[in-house]
Amino acid sequence: MKNAVGREIPDFLLTNGKEVYQGKNYMDGKYIQKASPRTRRYEKPQESKLVETLADALRACGAKSGMTFSFHHHLRDGDFVVNMVMKAAIEELGLDNLTIAASSLGSAHDPIADYIEQGKVVGIQTSGIRGRMGEVVSAGKLPTPAIIRSHGGRPRAIEGGEVHIDIAFIAAPTSDCVGNCRGIGGKSDCGSMGYAMTDAEYADHVVIVTDCLVDFPNMPASVEAINVDAVVVVDSIGNPKKIASAAARISQNPRDLMMAENVAKVIASTPYFKDGFSFQTGVGGPSLAANLFLEQYMDERNIKMGWAIGGICGPMVELLKKGKVGKVIDVQDFDLDAVRSINQTPNHFEMSASQYANPANKGAFVNKLDFVVLAALEIDTGFNVNVLTGSDGVLRGAPGGHPDTAAGSKVCIIVTPLVRGRMATVCEHVVTVTTPGDCVDVLVTDYGIAVNPLRPDLVECLDNAGIPHVSIEELKEKAYSIVGRPDDLQWEDKVIAVLEARDGTILDVVRKIRPYQLDG
Amino acid sequence: MIPRPRPERFRLRRTMMFMNAQKPGLIKDAYIYGCDSIMLDLEDAVAENQKDAARFSLYHALKTVDYGDTEVIVRINGLDTPHWQEDIRVCVAGGADGIRIAKCESAQDVKTVEAAVEAAEREFGVEVGRTLLMAALESPKGILNAYEICAASERMFGVAISGGDFRKCMQTTPQRDGVDMLVARGQMLIAARAAGIQCFDTVFTNLDDTEGFEAEVLQNKAMGFDGKSLINPKQIRFVHQVFAPTEKEITQAEKILTAYREQSAAGVGVFTVDGKMIDIAFIPGAERTLKLARACGMWEGDLV
Repeated sequence: MKNAVGREIPDFLLTNGKEVYQGKNYMDGKYIQKASPRTRRYEKPQESKLVETLADALRACGAKSGMTFSFHHHLRDGDFVVNMVMKAAIEELGLDNLTIAASSLGSAHDPIADYIEQGKVVGIQTSGIRGRMGEVVSAGKLPTPAIIRSHGGRPRAIEGGEVHIDIAFIAAPTSDCVGNCRGIGGKSDCGSMGYAMTDAEYADHVVIVTDCLVDFPNMPASVEAINVDAVVVVDSIGNPKKIASAAARISQNPRDLMMAENVAKVIASTPYFKDGFSFQTGVGGPSLAANLFLEQYMDERNIKMGWAIGGICGPMVELLKKGKVGKVIDVQDFDLDAVRSINQTPNHFEMSASQYANPANKGAFVNKLDFVVLAALEIDTGFNVNVLTGSDGVLRGAPGGHPDTAAGSKVCIIVTPLVRGRMATVCEHVVTVTTPGDCVDVLVTDYGIAVNPLRPDLVECLDNAGIPHVSIEELKEKAYSIVGRPDDLQWEDKVIAVLEARDGTILDVVRKIRPYQLDG
Repeated sequence: MIPRPRPERFRLRRTMMFMNAQKPGLIKDAYIYGCDSIMLDLEDAVAENQKDAARFSLYHALKTVDYGDTEVIVRINGLDTPHWQEDIRVCVAGGADGIRIAKCESAQDVKTVEAAVEAAEREFGVEVGRTLLMAALESPKGILNAYEICAASERMFGVAISGGDFRKCMQTTPQRDGVDMLVARGQMLIAARAAGIQCFDTVFTNLDDTEGFEAEVLQNKAMGFDGKSLINPKQIRFVHQVFAPTEKEITQAEKILTAYREQSAAGVGVFTVDGKMIDIAFIPGAERTLKLARACGMWEGDLV
C-alpha cells in the first residue's frame, strides 16, 4: 500500500493495526493505552543491589532466550556496555533469539554483527545503525526486519507496549549501591541520561552498569533506584575520548560558514525570530556554525533566545553563560563543555527522550520549538529527507530527533552542501524517507536556498528580506549537472528494515540491496 | 565546454579572491561565495615542479565549470620565469576573462604580455582583444612606473599592488595605520585614475585579525580603491558592505541623473540639485553609484 510520501509498504507489515504514514499530525487526539511492566517487589530492607558480574545480573533478572534487552547511546562511539552485556548473555549464559532495543547503535557495536550472523541476535530496534551491523542487516542476515525509530518514536513505542523491554541495561557514569545514577562525577561522564529514562520506567528488570560506584545517595539522580534491580561495577563502561569530544568547535570551513550565515539570515527573516524564541541545532559543521551568526542577529535586534533543546554542546552552553539564552534543556551531551555544565550551570536542565520528542505524550518540547536546523544525507524534490541509508542503499545513519523536531517546529531548516564528492545531496527521490517532506520547510545549500511550496508564508518572509531563493527542482538539476544523474539502486524484495514514522505508522522500508553486476 | 561572454573591461570588481589553480576542490565552484572576480593562481601558490599540473587543472576548470557572472582572472608567473608563455597559452585557450601580470615593472612588460596574448588568441581562434589584462605592482620600480604601466594597453582594466613583495623591497612590515604603503597606494591610485583604469588593494593575510582587516578595508574605500584582493571567502561580506553606496548617495545619484536628462534635453548644461551645482562632470560618478547599488541589491531601476 502506498503511503503519503509515495512509498510502497508491503501488506505483511500492516498487521495488528499498523498503518502506513498518512501525513503530519495524523494521530493527534487519538488515545494510547500505556503498557505497564511486571516488576519485582523489594519490600525487605536491602543493604545493596551490587552483584559481581554481568552474568550474575542476567541470572538475577531471569534472563532467557528470546528476550529483549534495551540500551541507551549516551556513551556514543565510546560505548563498551552493549558488547559486554551481549557477550555475557550469549557466551556465558548461552542465550539466543535475543532482540536489542537500543536508543541508537554505532560503529562501537561492530562485534554485534557476529552475533547477528550466528543467529543469536534476531531483532534490532534502534534509531542509528552503522558500521558492520548496518552491513549485515542490509545483507538480510536478520530473520525479521530491523525497526528504525526516531528519538521520540522510541519512547512512544515503549510506552505503548510495541516494544516490551525484558531487561534494560543502563550504562551509568556514576551509581550508588542501589542504583541511583547520574551522568557526571565519574571517569566516563556523558552528562544527560535522557535516553535511558523511559527504559528504566517501562522495563521489567533494570540493571545499572557503572565503572564508578559512589556513596549513597547519588543525587540528584537521572535514573532512580526505585526502578533498579541490580548494579554491576565493571572496569570501564566506555572510552571517554569517544564519549564526548573535548569541545565541539565551530567550523572554519568557508562553505560551512557561508551556509550557516544563510541559515541565520533565513531565521532572522521570519516573524518567529523575536525575543524569547526557541531553537535547536545539530553539531554538524554548518548547523553548529549557525549559532555564531544567529548570535550576531540577536545582538543586532537586541533580543534573546528563550530556550534551546536537543543534543547540547559547548557553543550553546557558552550562550547560556553569556545570558543570551534563558534555559537549556538537554537530552544528550556532545562535548565535555556540555557534560560539565548540565545541572551545574543555572538553567541547564536534563530531560527524558519522551519529554524531548515523544509525539504521543501531552507536552513534548519539540512541539513548542520555533526553529530547528538539521543536516541531511539526501533531500528530494518533495523535501523528503534521508538520514539513514547511504547512496548504496546500506544502513549507515540514524533518524535521531530529526523527524521529531522537523514535525514539531514552526520552521525546519535543512542545511547541506548540494553535492558530496560524486553524490547529489539534492535528488529526485531519496533512497529512504526518514523525515517526511511535509515537515521540512527550508533547504539551505551552498548553491542556493529553496522554500517548501507548502510554506508560502516563509516564501514571503524571504522575499521581504531580499534573500534570493530558487525552486528545489533547480537545485536538483544543478546538482545533477555537476555530478551526473545516478542510476537507480537495484533492490531485492526482502525487507531488511522498517522505518517507522514518529507516530508509529510506516514511513518507508529498506530492502535488501541486489549485488551490482556489470553488464556483459 | 562553457562559453563565456566577452569580458567587460570596466565592471564591478569589489572583491577578487585568490585561489590555487591546482586545487580542484577550491576552484570547482568558487563562484558560490559571491565575490566579483576570482583569481586563479599559477604563480606563488603553485610549487615549481607542479606548474604543469596546475595548468591542466586550470584549463579543465575553465572548460567545464560554469562560473556564471563571476569574472575569472588568472595570475600568471613572472616574466623572469620559464613559465609565463605557457601560462598565457593555457589562459587564452581555456577562455579566461583576464590575466594578471605578476611583478610588472614597466610598460614594456605589459606590451610583452600583450603580444603573447594576441599570438595565443590567433593560435586558438579566440577573438583578438578579448583577453583583458591587469598588472600587479610589486616593487618600487613598478610603483614609480605606475602611470606608463596603466596606460600601456587598451586591454588593461586595472592595476593592483602586491603588499608582501613591496613591503620587503621597502624594508617595512604591515602597520596598523597603513603608513607602510601609504605613498605607494596613493601613487598607484593617481596613476590608475589618470589612465582611466581601476585600482585594487593588496590582500590582508591575518585571518584572525578581523579588526585590522576591517580598518584596512575602510581605508581602501576612503582612498578611492575600486576593490580589494582577498584570500578567504569570509572576507567578502565586509568588503561588499563597505563598498556599497549609502541610501543617501543612491537618492542623490538618481536625482542627478534624472535632472541631467531633463535639463540636457532642454539644452541646459549647468543646473542645481538640492541647491548644489551640477554639470556633466558629475554624471559618471552618479552612474557608478547606481551600478554599484544595483550590484549590492540596493537599487532596481533603468537610469543606468
